[in-house]
Amino acid sequence: MSALSDHLVTFATLAYLVAMICHAVEYALGDARARFAAPAAAPARELVGAGVGGAGGVAKAPAEPVAPVSPAVDRPARRARLAGRLGVWVTALAAALHLAATATRGIAADRMPWGNMYEYVLTASFIGTAAWLVVLWKRPSLRRLGLFLTLVMVLLLAFAELKLYVEVVPLMPALQSWWFIIHVSTIIFASGVFLLGVVPAAAFLMRNGYEQGRRSFPYTLARRLPAAAGLERLTFALHAFSFPLFTFAVIAGAIWAEAAWGRPWGWDPKETWAFISWVVYAGYLHARATPSVRRNVATWIAVLGFLTMLMNLFGVNFFFTGLHSYAGVN
Amino acid sequence: MTTVADRPATPAPEAPRTRPNPVLALLRNSWRQLTSMRTALILLFLLAVAAIPGSVLPQRGVNPEKVNEYFVDHPDLAPRLDRIGAFEVFGSVWFSAIYLLLFTSLIGCIVPRLRDHVRALRAKPPAAPKRLDRLPQHATLTAATDAAAIAAELRRRRWRVVVRGAEVSAEKGYLKETGNLLFHVSLVAVLLGVALGSWYGWHGNRLLVAGEENAFCNTRQQYAEAKLGPRVDSADLPPFCLTLNHFDARFLESGQADYYRATVDVKDESGDVIRGAASFSVNDPLRLGDANVYLLGHGYAPILRYTDRFGRSQTSTVPFLTTGDAALTSEGVAAFPDANVDPRTGQRDANLQVAFEGLYLPTAPQEGPFNRSEFPTERNPAVVLVAYRGNLGMDAGIPGSVYQLDQRQVTSGKLKQVGNKKLAVGEKWTLDDGSVLEFLGTKPYITLSVRYDPGTTLLLGSSAALLIGLMGALFGRRRRVWFRVTPAPAGAADDPAGGSPTGGSSLVEAGGLPRTDYPGFADEFAQLVAAVRGDGEPAGRPDAGRPAGTREGAE
Repeated sequence: MSALSDHLVTFATLAYLVAMICHAVEYALGDARARFAAPAAAPARELVGAGVGGAGGVAKAPAEPVAPVSPAVDRPARRARLAGRLGVWVTALAAALHLAATATRGIAADRMPWGNMYEYVLTASFIGTAAWLVVLWKRPSLRRLGLFLTLVMVLLLAFAELKLYVEVVPLMPALQSWWFIIHVSTIIFASGVFLLGVVPAAAFLMRNGYEQGRRSFPYTLARRLPAAAGLERLTFALHAFSFPLFTFAVIAGAIWAEAAWGRPWGWDPKETWAFISWVVYAGYLHARATPSVRRNVATWIAVLGFLTMLMNLFGVNFFFTGLHSYAGVN
Repeated sequence: MTTVADRPATPAPEAPRTRPNPVLALLRNSWRQLTSMRTALILLFLLAVAAIPGSVLPQRGVNPEKVNEYFVDHPDLAPRLDRIGAFEVFGSVWFSAIYLLLFTSLIGCIVPRLRDHVRALRAKPPAAPKRLDRLPQHATLTAATDAAAIAAELRRRRWRVVVRGAEVSAEKGYLKETGNLLFHVSLVAVLLGVALGSWYGWHGNRLLVAGEENAFCNTRQQYAEAKLGPRVDSADLPPFCLTLNHFDARFLESGQADYYRATVDVKDESGDVIRGAASFSVNDPLRLGDANVYLLGHGYAPILRYTDRFGRSQTSTVPFLTTGDAALTSEGVAAFPDANVDPRTGQRDANLQVAFEGLYLPTAPQEGPFNRSEFPTERNPAVVLVAYRGNLGMDAGIPGSVYQLDQRQVTSGKLKQVGNKKLAVGEKWTLDDGSVLEFLGTKPYITLSVRYDPGTTLLLGSSAALLIGLMGALFGRRRRVWFRVTPAPAGAADDPAGGSPTGGSSLVEAGGLPRTDYPGFADEFAQLVAAVRGDGEPAGRPDAGRPAGTREGAE
């Protein structure tokens, strides 16, 4: 079961990679606006080639828009759309594999698969993908953000598999508690949504700059992104959703810490960074609610909050030792 | 601390005729600065930044040993850092200054808002503005209804409604501000809970070896390390005694711990058992009401019997401290300062004291080197000891560790090595002077933390309130709607849109104002208007009709 889980993680990573390539193809081809309404059938064969072959499709893409004017000018646009849709389906497939990998890991260990950093990253990134698919279901127009999301997923899963992997072992006594399920699941869930929230936040910052007429490097990426206001609202919605969840998770952690370590709060490095993240996200919500603070300033605070979350996950596990040293990376 | 100020337009105070007192003006301006959102955001940011050194540098409150290590590793930097409180960040002046300023700003912000909100809760929704069409949401419709019917419909939807003649004003979503204030008040309560805990709480750590003779009683002197809050006196510690009866630990074959449980008897001062065979574990502390007992760790205390050259035996059961590896390799020292008392003179020779220093291995390897245990339970227990004879340096009155020999005595030559040996349980070691050391076995010990924190209940309650308030603040939406009903002139009674109502239709003008960011307000407004119209069709969007469930009048 444990080996099956490991294979599934590999397949999920590959599937995210394929989805990322599909989204990249969409991104690259999408330049050619369908100026002519004449529908031209794009052969499915080529689509698959573009999806799986990946790099070829991306490299070829810039050449196509400058092709001589012909009725087939909108073909890249159609292909782009199909590539994007394919990307979404492959992301869904990857999410299914990802879920299966997490579940089999839990079955192999005979417990919730949240006992070390490898399992934590596996679960938190799955939550991120699942939340992304929910967002996409509600707002299909955001599909192009899938490129950023799948990129993050590929990096996270590959990092987890290569650097964080540990064998399946039972929980140590300190983790044998109901609070383990409550605290860790909510922390993972909140982190997953925060992780997702940084995607529209970063997209907003680029798109906002683009809409204000900036045409230098990072802003040009935003040319084909949805309108800035919508991205900003999505950023807020995701953060407003996960902030109370994160607060609850921290409170649950404090209740557990009182039972396990004798004090609800002890400024352990993990607790300190959770405090920092909480304060930064609280700052974001306050800045967002203040009209005199510009929206891009507020969004930068959200990005900063995400960086503190990353610091808590990676920095604290790798560089500091404390009571939360369950990562299995030392 | 949000900006959705909801102050009723109170008339501005009379402008002072004379220049205000500059000191007062300065104070007032400073106060305004402090309670402004901008300052609050900066303080929040500073708080986050100030907490970072608390995770990067070792902290006394978390791990004092690490701080000492840091002093050894950075002899130049450490004292300077210490002077600015870098090893006690969360109790330092600057960290306290930031959060106290932040909380002052918070209180300065919520007190007026609390007053305003109470006023708003008691006030009626304001009168309709003259031009409803200037509002973000606006609709006109004709319907067979009047102000009372509209008010009833709104009340059914849990709006707060007031009817002024032909005008209906309604407001909803007070929960947002209520939640907001609850959240911020709870934050203050959380801070008070923390303060209560640190003033009136206390805790102490110690090690407890199994057995009646090793029982410990809850007094300050019995703790290896204790910290009492400023308002706690040693005499305030609740009197009870603990005896460790049994300790059970199970490990996986890999050496990872799987299960711990300690069983103790709790007795009062007079020795009566209050709670017999009370067991506790990691995650499951022993709660005694006025103190909680937490299990932190465990280890072994080897029982060593030393028979000196005059044939007198003494037994030592001294805990050997674990060295940090998972297989519980432990080190310690068994000292016999009263050994070799000449039975004829009754005089103790200070230079014939004996001590044994070395390792205890719960599972010693089958062959040497015997420097690491292989497994945390006692599969092949052995001690590996070095014998010392001479002056232990205990008579000088200088406090020393009971877990280490005084190295100064060794380097000065007053304490000499006289051999070393590995002993399994039951084995004897005869030293050069004919004295004998015997390894009889071990007793388990546990390390305990005994704690009392009177602030936890307040913390828990205020955290729960904080969470509830937060949800209200984030998901509540304050909004207002107004309806102005103009009865149609008699001639217009057969208006086609109104069907053939009994009382004739009226012209209704509606306006809506979301007072917070609320993207769904347009839909809610449309539904409201449709309900008021009574035909279930949202105003202005005849295509997006809802099922005519609330139809009335026409049939």
